[in-house]
Amino acid sequence: MDPKDNSVNKQTPERLIVTSSPHVHDTESVTKIMWIVNLALLPAVIFSVINFGLPALITMLICIIGSVACEAAVQYWRKKEITVRDGSAVLTGLLLAMCLPAGIPWYIPLIGSFAAIGIAKHTMGGLGHNVFNPAHIGRAFVMASYPVAMTTWAVTRIGMKGDFAGAMSKISSLDAVTGATPLGILKQQGYRALVDSFGGQAAMYKSLLIGNRGGSLGETSAILLLLGGFVLIAKKYIKWQVPVVMIGTVGLLTWILGGKVDGKVVLFTGDPILHMISGGLIIGAFFMATDMVTTPMTTKGQILFAAGCGVITVLIRLYGGYPEGVCYSILLMNAFTPLIDRYIFPKKFGSIPEPARR
Amino acid sequence: MLKIKKGGVHPQDEKKSTAGKKIEFLPVPSRLFIPLRQHIGEPAVPVVKVGDIVKKGQMIAESPDGRGTPVHSSTSGKVAETGNCMHPIYGLSPCIVIESDGLDEWQENLLTERSYENINVPELIDIIFKNGIVGMGGAAFPTHIKLSPPKDKKIDMLIVNGAECEPYLTSDYRMMIEFPDEIIKGILIVMKILNINKCFIGIEDNKPEAIRLMTEKCKGTPIQVAELETRYPQGAEKMMIKVITGREVPSGKLPMDVGCVVQNVSTLKAVTDAVEKNIPLIERVVTVAGKTVQSPKNLMVRIGSTFKDMFEYCGGFSGKNGKIIMGGPMMGMAQVNVDSAVIKAASGIVAIAEDDVDYQTERACIRCGRCVEACTMGLRPNILSILSEKGQHQTAQTDYDLMDCVECGCCYYVCPARRTIVHYIRQSKAKNSMLRAASKTGSK
Ligand code: SF4
Ligand code: SF4
Repeated sequence: MDPKDNSVNKQTPERLIVTSSPHVHDTESVTKIMWIVNLALLPAVIFSVINFGLPALITMLICIIGSVACEAAVQYWRKKEITVRDGSAVLTGLLLAMCLPAGIPWYIPLIGSFAAIGIAKHTMGGLGHNVFNPAHIGRAFVMASYPVAMTTWAVTRIGMKGDFAGAMSKISSLDAVTGATPLGILKQQGYRALVDSFGGQAAMYKSLLIGNRGGSLGETSAILLLLGGFVLIAKKYIKWQVPVVMIGTVGLLTWILGGKVDGKVVLFTGDPILHMISGGLIIGAFFMATDMVTTPMTTKGQILFAAGCGVITVLIRLYGGYPEGVCYSILLMNAFTPLIDRYIFPKKFGSIPEPARR
Repeated sequence: MLKIKKGGVHPQDEKKSTAGKKIEFLPVPSRLFIPLRQHIGEPAVPVVKVGDIVKKGQMIAESPDGRGTPVHSSTSGKVAETGNCMHPIYGLSPCIVIESDGLDEWQENLLTERSYENINVPELIDIIFKNGIVGMGGAAFPTHIKLSPPKDKKIDMLIVNGAECEPYLTSDYRMMIEFPDEIIKGILIVMKILNINKCFIGIEDNKPEAIRLMTEKCKGTPIQVAELETRYPQGAEKMMIKVITGREVPSGKLPMDVGCVVQNVSTLKAVTDAVEKNIPLIERVVTVAGKTVQSPKNLMVRIGSTFKDMFEYCGGFSGKNGKIIMGGPMMGMAQVNVDSAVIKAASGIVAIAEDDVDYQTERACIRCGRCVEACTMGLRPNILSILSEKGQHQTAQTDYDLMDCVECGCCYYVCPARRTIVHYIRQSKAKNSMLRAASKTGSK
């Protein structure tokens, strides 16, 4: 101690940590959240590997390795702390892979992950600063660059008729056959043709829920994605309102506007269930529209965000050029996030008028 | 049961180790370091000099302008030194060192027996002032000032804070269990001073024993017990008023602006002692707890004892300490060493083991919104922290209600990016007040 400070007691030399309060913290951390979201995706990931075979696994590995390597490279180059272990790059890679068809040429996922991490995430300043969902930017990037490869869908190994045992015996044969997604058939050939391709409405719903049908890796098993989503809701990492509102909006609007009789739109005859469980809606609603970084901060703002995503998805699916619109709807709404946050925020304590007093 | 409407957190309460233990008396240490800053504002001015003989309860420093509080000797003995000692909040600051003569003799004319009913209100306030009573819940606001609101503020309710929402602390709880009659007497005194007939005691529902006892003791009085949900920061003045009465203290205003006065249970016990026995505030109950403390206790401690005295009495440490905190871990002050002296507002001292200190580094905000949800004041803590980081302290104040932050710490507690939001906010507040001070002197 400084002898001039005229302190009256001898100060005990002891190494203590001095910081501002608070001195306790709950157990959450960014790393923990990211890895748990990865874990929540795992059932659907495993299923899609069973479903599509080795090509699916390869696509995923390319995406994950590409994302992680890109993040490490950018951070090394910018002389920042390398944070690839926090699981966020892995998550981006995984989500990107879930948006791609199985068996896509190897360089496309690689380019996609560079677009996702290098462009969407790190040009903005890294995790927390990105405006758009990186995985969806990656997907949109390769969609614009390789439209044909991106819409060449592998037929699932389990087979359109859903014979699981038979599929397992075929695991060694890797013939991915070009097939169409349900939403693609719906767009080009209409509702009847789609139902017929499954051999009945009930069979169609069943096969959509279980996941034995064409589509990108993450579009295929609604049930397993829901399972992961419930885990995230239970852990309070996402709010149940977001997927419910987004999927609900899609269901409501497609029911009202989606029905066609002889090529003419007849209100209130659409098939909401088909739209709710097909395409990338489930994975989008549970895993992308709930991304913390790119969505509003308040529950109210998030509900508005989710409703906006639902509306845009339906607009694209019913009136746009693409069969599927989840990816673009979320990207568009990402752009509105700062605006939503600017106008929707909690009411400050002490701003209500004083209640009447006796 | 009454609940906080928005926000708040629920940290592990860690109260088990001391809640069931009777208050023990810490033997008077041979040297007491009595800090002169016992209240918010300027330190008291010494009225004794080195070598003077003082008695227990004798005034050793006064507050000439009446805006502070006088300070009394906690035991009998000799004024050994004056100088600086470790203050748990302000660091090295002025104190008077009393060397105990071991007799612990009261000054004569103290220890009277009288009833508050025979004393008129101005005299009651004067007694409270002369006995150096300050808010013992942590704010250390001089009680006599709180009890003399300006004429235009009509007070209609007293709220007694027995929430004790900070983890580890059980001193208020033990006060309620062991001194319920004194607390209730104190409430009645304060109600007489404020000329009101409504009072609620707010107690969190993790203290059922205190709720039961206080309810029983309040029978036949106008005092009511309000059972509160266990949720931090239930014990913050503004929260407690809101939860119990539904009134929101407007931003920038005080509880008295909505007709409420809030007092802590320990303060009320001190009021009773002062009024009925003429005993100045020279001791208080302090919770000594934490994983590394050998035998955690609630101690009745003389003001001016050092933390070291107390930890030693509790058997010392069983492991290496990372932090020593005065107060609870949510809002308490981290100490530089264990030489700090107990002040009137020290409700507890908590040792946090080295392994339990959170070493995770801070990272960029991931906009998860958890802090926004946790903030009971309805602020956007993440934006405040970012503005502070960028040096835009003025914007924080004008556009994002910086000054409404009560520094409760809920935002940091939940932040997965471990942003030290409260620290950022304090920095902004400090920078802005420096700016204000500079512009004042500049315009002169
Ligand atoms: S410390 Fe301030 S900003 Fe943070 S939760 Fe408490 S009041 Fe809100
Ligand atoms: S809790 Fe932390 S990471 Fe989340 S929004 Fe607040 S400051 Fe950002």
